[in-house]
Amino acid sequence: MSIKSIDPRITRENLSEEPDQNPIKELNHWQTYEVFHQTKKGDHHIHVGSLHAPNAEMALILAKEQYARRYECVNIWVVKSANIFSSDYDDEDIFETTPEKMYREAGGYKVMEKINKYKKERKGV
Amino acid sequence: MYGGGYIFEESKNGKSEAEDTEKLERFESKIAAGEKIEPSDWMPAEYRKQLIRMIEQHAHSEIIGALPEGTWITRAPGFRRKLALMAKVQDEVGHAQLLYSAAETLGKPREDMINDLITGKSKYSNVFNYPAVTWADTAIIAWLIDAGAIINQVANSKGSYGPYCRALERICVEESFHLKYGHDNVVFLATGTPKQREMVQEALIRWWPPIMHFFGPSDKISVHTETLMRWKVKMASNDDMRQKFLDMYVPKIWELGLTIPDPLLKKNETTGQWVYTEPDWQEFKKVINGDGPCNKERLAVRRNAEEKGEWVRRALQRKDERYTVPLA
Ligand SMILES: [Fe+2]
Ligand SMILES: [Fe+2]
Repeated sequence: MSIKSIDPRITRENLSEEPDQNPIKELNHWQTYEVFHQTKKGDHHIHVGSLHAPNAEMALILAKEQYARRYECVNIWVVKSANIFSSDYDDEDIFETTPEKMYREAGGYKVMEKINKYKKERKGV
Repeated sequence: MYGGGYIFEESKNGKSEAEDTEKLERFESKIAAGEKIEPSDWMPAEYRKQLIRMIEQHAHSEIIGALPEGTWITRAPGFRRKLALMAKVQDEVGHAQLLYSAAETLGKPREDMINDLITGKSKYSNVFNYPAVTWADTAIIAWLIDAGAIINQVANSKGSYGPYCRALERICVEESFHLKYGHDNVVFLATGTPKQREMVQEALIRWWPPIMHFFGPSDKISVHTETLMRWKVKMASNDDMRQKFLDMYVPKIWELGLTIPDPLLKKNETTGQWVYTEPDWQEFKKVINGDGPCNKERLAVRRNAEEKGEWVRRALQRKDERYTVPLA
């Protein structure tokens, strides 16, 4: 039996009702790329998601369709997912640090008090 | 589009496997604190399984959901409507892509998901097993089915799995265009000629039962999902979402003077809850298990697209490539 549809284009295809036993093989939908987006010239590119593509050129075309259909986008990067190395959430403690790190912050250096004290003492001379 | 009435499997209280209690505790406390779970984090096997199942069903629903409306692109009344409908259908297919990627991060390759869809092993939202008989049906779908989808997707976007939440945030922005477009389309017909009014009224009558089925079986008869709720996989009960939908949209349907085919439908002002005729859950079961008006057609069309595109995909495939799970 072939499919009868209210859409004549589907009926004309003579589609079989039975599921075929010919599964899609691995990688038939290609490998994965990660997509990065720049919304304004001068901004950083940010990660927006991933997609499947056979090569970098196709990945760019598909990234435009998938992630830049609306809203501003001026530039796209694509990177093979396999080429991204990331730290592990299990190692979050690598970002832990000594609680007192004022020595490497601008706010850790206050000199006005000393200057004022010095000026006052000099006037006294 | 989409997203309601996911079919979950009976959960074996979440601790079925001999899993590390310490890891489980940490996992649960992260979720309780509102933190997101990322693909490389430890997670219970049951969490992974149910999430794959849910995100995959959601992806299939987007891609199958594009079919009843897609049929009408060539016959859309006028250029502006045609442009909008093409945009909406493209969005839906794009939603499927985002969701397949999110499901892949949990370890199921895309090819396996598509195989499970086209062989009839995986489910998708039941509403798409019904035909869009007239142009007015597409208006009702774009307004009310997408409205239901938004309620579900907004809830799910606050769930615990990072990649799914991020995909949903993108999706929800586009869904609001679908909803506005659908409402505009319904209002146009409902305030138009007597023939147009009749068309939209008939479409509403056809679509009301599937709409009531959309959020899935009543909590009284659906499988228990306490663990899935605690893990923020399922974010609201089916009945709660249905109530929310009725509360938001019944008044908007009535203000257009349209009749909803349920004589019992009314809001109980003291409880704030909507009263309605219990949807026919036998019919729901029958259709979701393959015996609806369009199940065979939907899968055949999807299979056909997959087969026709196969040589192109193969021609571009490179022998030395290896699959990598998407990152996030
Ligand atoms: Fe969608
Ligand atoms: Fe939609």
